[in-house]
This record gives sequence, structure tokens and C-alpha cells, in this order.
Amino acid sequence: MKHDSIERNVGLMIVMMMLAISIGGLVEIIPLFFINETVEKVDGVRPYTPLELRGRDIYVREGCFLCHSQMIRPFRDEQLRYGHYSLAAESQYDHPFQWGSKRTGPDLARVGKKYSNEWQVAHLMDPQAMVPESVMPKYPFLQQTKLDYSDVADRMAALRLTGVPYSANQAELDKNTKQFGADAAKMLHMPDASKNLVDQAQNGFGGIAGNYDGDAANVTEMDALVAYLQVLGTMVDFKKYDNDQFVKYR
Amino acid sequence: MAAVGTASTEQYNYDIVRKFSIMALFWAVIGMLMGVLIASQLAWPILNLDPWFTFGRLRPIHTGGVIFGFGGCALFATSYYIVQRTCQARLFGNGLASYTFWAWQLIIVLAASSYVLGYSQGKEYAEMEWPIDLLIDVTWVAYIVVFVGTVMKRKQPHIYVANWFYIVFLLAVALLHIGNSLAIPVGLTTMKSYPLFAGTQDAMLQWWYGHNAVGFFLTAAFLGMMYYFVPKQAGRPIYSYRLSIVHFWALSFMYMWAGPHHLHWTALPDWVSSMGATFSIMLLLPSWGGMINGIMTLSGAWDKLRSDPIMRFMIVALSFYGMSTFEGPMMSLKDVNALSHYTDWTVGHVHSGALGWVAMISFGALYHMIPRLWDTKLYSTKLVTVHFWLATIGILLYITAMWISGIMQGLMWRAFDDFGNLQYSFAETVAAMHPFYAMRALGGLVFLAGMLVMVYNCWKTIAQGKAAEAAVAPAAA
Repeated sequence: MKHDSIERNVGLMIVMMMLAISIGGLVEIIPLFFINETVEKVDGVRPYTPLELRGRDIYVREGCFLCHSQMIRPFRDEQLRYGHYSLAAESQYDHPFQWGSKRTGPDLARVGKKYSNEWQVAHLMDPQAMVPESVMPKYPFLQQTKLDYSDVADRMAALRLTGVPYSANQAELDKNTKQFGADAAKMLHMPDASKNLVDQAQNGFGGIAGNYDGDAANVTEMDALVAYLQVLGTMVDFKKYDNDQFVKYR
Repeated sequence: MAAVGTASTEQYNYDIVRKFSIMALFWAVIGMLMGVLIASQLAWPILNLDPWFTFGRLRPIHTGGVIFGFGGCALFATSYYIVQRTCQARLFGNGLASYTFWAWQLIIVLAASSYVLGYSQGKEYAEMEWPIDLLIDVTWVAYIVVFVGTVMKRKQPHIYVANWFYIVFLLAVALLHIGNSLAIPVGLTTMKSYPLFAGTQDAMLQWWYGHNAVGFFLTAAFLGMMYYFVPKQAGRPIYSYRLSIVHFWALSFMYMWAGPHHLHWTALPDWVSSMGATFSIMLLLPSWGGMINGIMTLSGAWDKLRSDPIMRFMIVALSFYGMSTFEGPMMSLKDVNALSHYTDWTVGHVHSGALGWVAMISFGALYHMIPRLWDTKLYSTKLVTVHFWLATIGILLYITAMWISGIMQGLMWRAFDDFGNLQYSFAETVAAMHPFYAMRALGGLVFLAGMLVMVYNCWKTIAQGKAAEAAVAPAAA
């Protein structure tokens, strides 16, 4: 077939173009859903609780990923600065992924439990007060804005449609209890979403104290965002695994 | 050329081209102004005003404004201009074409306002929430129908090369946008949605999209622009027909594999990463094929570089294209990427391509088209030269600042002292960035100044054309 015949036939041209442009994506995207080693088999990773989820939604809303990455690379300097390199499993419930492209500020993949709740709040209120060299914007309105959690169950339902295992009934709750443990499974049960959200805001969860923002009377957007930040990178207990356990997945 | 008066009796539909040309200039100013603003926020963070005017919420207004606003309108304008003239057929579907104009403007406005109000899907260059995504899909289908419909009406049996590039751009953007916008809305009356995929798969999908937004929206389509306006402005045929065939198919095929170079050393499996690096290196060849074909078109007429500032814009644009498509493959090598990823070097690379190639070729095309669209001469060639130097100096300030800050950042992050500890705290690296953030903001400001010179020049040109038309009309009545 001479190229000239393609240049005189727009239908043929379109077919050839669709063929040419479809292959790359098919080869690089489709196998990632079928190759088992793409996501490591590791204990501990669970979906976000209602409060953490709302916090994550605020993180996405404010565009935090534009300055902060959440993906530690397997380099010695990154291990010293941030901790164990990030596993694919750790972001498997992240809709959207927030690995980021830029470090105007530091990587946050393992920022959970690195700083106290008070530090996180003070830093978000006025970054320069905690880190004078910082170029981060101030976010005082997070503290001043009550969290609207009226639709948190709907958000979890939408995520459930994408495959995140929030439970809607007893059978699913039992399944989650087996996989994530009783405490976590309770938090992931959709019918109790609002109750769980308020409970975590007041009393904390997973080893982090509640009343994240110091204002016990209200559940604020600051509570949600700090709850989210405090869980990042804390789900996998790397002490349980050999140094080289995860290399085979790469 | 026929009088610009009554649209329906014109051989070609230039009304829509005029509209898109004006909006291209408008969005260029808005988008670049946002760029200068957010660059200034990084240098002087006091310029952030929560909740609506923080860097995180404003950045997508800049990227969307320049890519989809300026770039998008420039592509609509030039594609509708070129397809009619090369096919010798009036644009298919007056009403549908008009719809694409109004819908596109609405999309840009909705996107920008939604970002300020806090609606974002959290994926770069794909931040628009689901209702806007649906509007984009419908409008894009309309664009394809108008463009391909016009090609089908052609009186000239052979489809000119510029149109191949525009058609592959139309098809690829449709595929990429639909693929990467798949999401579940939280409810039908809310803008909030969650992307269908997560983690590694979402990352791969995003950068399949993101890299090819560059490859097809910002490269292939603008090569289409180049393939018409360079030979037209030079008064010479394209250098090599054979080269255009080879590099066209190689580019279209290979670009779609390059996405993983945004994800080297991450949790993306190594095999995909290697594939992305390999294809990115190979991509250098068809990219330079395009550059060579464009620049060598001037063979035998090099003096035009000296005498014609519009030609100068186009050829320098192609030079920056060559530079960026060399730098890109270099940065796609895993070991180079280990240093460059997450740093300002990436930002510098983006802007050498965006300002050096995309913006400059658009300037050349618009300076060529606008006088013809209003049946007049360009108001001032001298001002085009002023614009050229402001643009070039702005770009050089910008990319130099980012090369220095980016490489410095990368080196500081990985520096160890004699005891094997990290030499620098992260905060120290941020402090070191400040002078370069300021220099980059200045570069952007100089580039914006050039843009304002162009707006003035074009405004005076259009006014001149309208005045001439008004002078003719009462005489004809």
C-alpha cells in the first residue's frame, strides 16, 4: 500500500492513526491490572476512615500534591530523609493517586506520626512560624471552617464502586474484620460513617490522639486534614519484613 | 481576498477563525498573568491569600489557561483556517463550528472558576471535574466532525501534511481524555468525583495522558500549524515530503509509549519504566525530523531570518523545539531522572518547550493570519521585533533560573557529609531556591510584556482593517 493512497482517503487515514496511537497505551496500562506483582502482598494497608477520607479530599482540593510528593524513591538519601521507599500497595486505595511531580516542599509519604498534632496545626496555620524558610501558603481558614460531613457516606459509596472495600452489610464487615482487624473494619463500615467520623475527631484512632486541632467543640476541616496527614506511611510495619522482601516486586 | 462583510457569501468561514484568534490572545494574557502571579507567590509567599488565591488552587488556572485557553484557541483558529484553505472547501457545519467556539470558551471559564472554588480531580492538566469533562467530550466530538467533515468535502484530492497532524491530534486527545477522565461522581448534583483507578494504575493512566497531552496537543497539533505557516511565510515548499511521512508515523506511534518517564524510580514496575525510557530516547529522531523539515524549508532564503521577524519567530520556535526534544530524552534516562525528578529542572524543561516552541510558533502563525483575516497589513513590523526580543529574553531568564535551581536542588538533596549524614535539611534547600524563584518570575514578566506588545499590535491591526472596511462599505452602498 503506497502512502499516497492513505493521503487520499481520510477514512483509511483515521483507521491507520487509531491503530498507531492505541498500541502504546494498551501495552503499558493493561498488564498493570493483570500482573500480580504490580501491587505487593503486604499486611496493614487499609482504606481511609471517614475522617481521613475527608481530610484527603481537602488535600486534593487545595492542590497540596502540586508542591508535595508522596512517593519515596529507593535511594539512600531518600531513605535517610523520608524512610522506606514507597510501595505500590501503600497507595492502592488512593483515588486519585497523589504521588506528585514536584518537591517545592518535602515528600509526605511517611509524614504520619513524624510530628505532633499541635505541630501540624501550627504549621498549617502559619508555615513560616515553624519553618522560616518555607514558601508555603498559610491555611488558617481550615481551622475556622466546620467540616461538612453530611455526604461522607455517599463519598464512601462512590469509592466502593471503584473497588475500595468499604462495607455496606454484615457479610462485608466480617470480611473486613478478617482482613484489616476489628478496629479498622468498624471504621470502614458505611452505615456508621458519620458517627465514626465524629468519634475519631474527638478520640483519635490508630495511636493518634483525637481533638487534632485543639478545638474540642467543633469538627473542623483542620481536624480532617491532620487526621489524614497523621496516617500517611504508617500502615505497613516494615520491621516485620526482610530488607529485600520487596525488591522482587520492582 | 474577498471582503470580510457578509459571512455566508464568503468562500471560506473566516468569522470563526477571527473569533478564535482574538480569544487566543485573550487567554494568552490571562494564562501568562496567572503564571507570573504564581511564580511570584513562590518567591514571596505573602502573596498567597487563603482560601481562594493560594498557589495550589491557582496553578491549574495558569496551566489550563495557557494550554487549553491560549493553545487550544490557537489550534482551533489555525486548524479551521488551514483545513479550509488546503482543502479548498468551506468549513463543514456553520452551526456546529460556532458551537465549538462558544463551548470552548465556556469550558475554560468553568474550569478556572471551579478551581478557585476548590473543585479538582487532583490530576495534573486533568483537574476539571466530571461535568466539565463531559462538556469537553461533547465539544471535542463536534470539533472532529467539523474538521473531518471539511476534509471529506475537499476539492483538492490530496490531504496536505498539516492536516494529518491535526487529525492525529484530534483522535489522540479524544482517546486520552476519555481514558483519563473515567470517574465515579459522588452524586449527580455534586461536582465531586473519584477517579475510577487508584495507585500505580492511576499513575500510569495519568502519565499516559499527561505525556501525550504534550505529545499530541502541544506537539503534533503545533507541528500541523508549523507545516502550513512556515512554507507560507517563507514562500517555499516544505523541505522533504518523504521525511514528513516517516517522522509523522514514527512520532504518532512512539509518543504514546513515553509516559512512564514521569514515573522513574517510583512504585511503577521497572519494566514499564524501562519501556518509557527507551521510547523517549527513540522519540528524539522523529521530533528532530519535524524540526529539520521546518528549518530546512528556509533553505535558499536564510536572509528572511534577518528581514522578516515573523519568520524569525517560527524558526527560533523550531530551534527551541529541537532543544526541548533533546533535553526531554536526556531527562528520560533513569540516571539523569534520578537527579531531575521533583526538581525545578522539569519546570524549566516544560517552559522551554511551552514558551520556546508552542508559544513562539503560535505567535508566528497569528502574526501571519491576523492581517489576512482582516484584509489589511500588520500595523507594525518593528513591534514584532520588539516582541521577539522580549519573548527570547524572557525565556532565557526563565530556563536559566530553573536549570540552576533544579540541578542545585537535586544535588543538595543527595549530598552527604563526611560522617554519612545528609548535608542539608530540606528547609535549607528551599532557602537556596529564592533568588531563582525571583529570577524566574522576572523572566515570566518579560515574556508577558512581549505578549502585551503583541496584543497592542494586533488590536491596532484589526482596528485598521475594520476602518478600511467601513470606508469601503458606504462607497459601495
